[in-house]
Amino acid sequence: MASKANKPELIKDGKRLDGRAFDEIRPFKIEASVLKNADGSAMVEWGNNRVLAAVYGPVETQPKHMADPMKAIIKCRYQMAPFSSLSEHSRSGPNRRATEISKVTKEVFENVVMLNEFPGSMINIFVEILQGDGGTRAAGITAASVALASAGIHMKDLVYAISVGKIGEELVLDMDMIEDNYSDSDMPMAVSPKDNSILLLQMDGGYTREELPRAIDMVIEAGKVISAAQREALRSVYKNIAKKYEGE
Amino acid sequence: MYAIDLIKSNYIRELISKGKREDSRGLLDFRAIKIKPGIIQNAEGSAQVDLGNTRVLAGVKMGVGEPMEDTPDMGTIAMSAELLPAASADYETGPPSPESIELARVVDRGIRAGNCVDLSSLLIDKGKCWNIFVDIYVLNYDGNLFDASCIAAMSSLVNTKVPGYEDEKELHDKRVKNLKIDNIVTSATFGKIGKHLVLDPDRSEENAMLARFTVATDEKFIRAMQKGLSGSLYKAEIESMVDTALEKHKHVKKIIEESKA
Repeated sequence: MASKANKPELIKDGKRLDGRAFDEIRPFKIEASVLKNADGSAMVEWGNNRVLAAVYGPVETQPKHMADPMKAIIKCRYQMAPFSSLSEHSRSGPNRRATEISKVTKEVFENVVMLNEFPGSMINIFVEILQGDGGTRAAGITAASVALASAGIHMKDLVYAISVGKIGEELVLDMDMIEDNYSDSDMPMAVSPKDNSILLLQMDGGYTREELPRAIDMVIEAGKVISAAQREALRSVYKNIAKKYEGE
Repeated sequence: MYAIDLIKSNYIRELISKGKREDSRGLLDFRAIKIKPGIIQNAEGSAQVDLGNTRVLAGVKMGVGEPMEDTPDMGTIAMSAELLPAASADYETGPPSPESIELARVVDRGIRAGNCVDLSSLLIDKGKCWNIFVDIYVLNYDGNLFDASCIAAMSSLVNTKVPGYEDEKELHDKRVKNLKIDNIVTSATFGKIGKHLVLDPDRSEENAMLARFTVATDEKFIRAMQKGLSGSLYKAEIESMVDTALEKHKHVKKIIEESKA
């Protein structure tokens, strides 16, 4: 929402810059178990976003004083690679934005992971934004969810996340970087599809009271597509293993 | 969490389930809000806010610097928050915690998205502008730092005077004009305890709550929202909290406006 100077025409003839309809998400692809060493992992390609999530755990909590004798703890680090953005090289390591995103991402998974199954242990979630083009926290949560599932960690649900923004008077789903820079609002949400309960909601800009429920409905509608792709990604891991042994 | 907090949390949950609160407030009532503006004379603006027993001090300093690259015709504003070890036995010294970063960023987003400060009035010359630094100091913690900090930041900005600037020198002892404020944003923070939503949770209620939700609004628009903690919220709950936040805005805005020295 930074600058209004040199603002490009984001909507022309009812279409967005990249030709999408207002309620259309960018091409979405997800693959599970992409890393050999991690207990679970997933790679998301969402528009130009390339997001890797890796999960290690449950393992013994380090440092030990952080251990909770009643349940597992989750540690989460969201990080953007120094080469991930179209603009200049950014310093590596977490900045204030990344620290906040790590915190809200962690809170999403504290809701769905069955933490009481692993008392005293910790589960590490690493979200690495290899290439960012708007909506990276949503892509990160969507990937981390599949990474946790592929690690065999019990969860109440497979969470997805999508962002809904506002350009002028129009609500638009899944904004890319250009739209995000010049938009009037942005609202990333993470949803548990079994009962459409909302686990993450952040927003800034200016929504009216009437726009809010419409925006939430748009996310939940588009979430069906993302959810299906997440499940298919997990299924195909086992299909591929089965294929490997069929020939023998 | 200490054992006493767990026991207290059970008690709070039971009370709330009957629609009651420990201090006999209604579920959707704020605690008393008191603002002391201008208590730090060395700062360009300041305000100490008491929200019940939560006490937050916000100070505004201004300095001449460069505009941001993408907004060359505007000054800048930056916010940070510190949970002082003096404010609670649970707070420790050290680098900023994720909690304090989240606090500062949520308050910042509401005030920024509401275009509260006329940043274009801060341009001095091409490539030269005033930078505003708002520092939020939590002095005593008794829950709901988000709303207390939002009121303190807003009120300190309302009471800010811009220093003079002559011959490339900042004249902090010769403040010439009031900072131009175009809008006032206030926030309302809720805790979800059991199935109930309570406004302005105190410390014991925060220990008992599963989800936190902050809504920053002006008169017309929702300016910022942030859900916190591991609990979940339904769409209908979010809508009802937004309704309450829009309704409470006038009350809090009036208190901020009256604090203008």
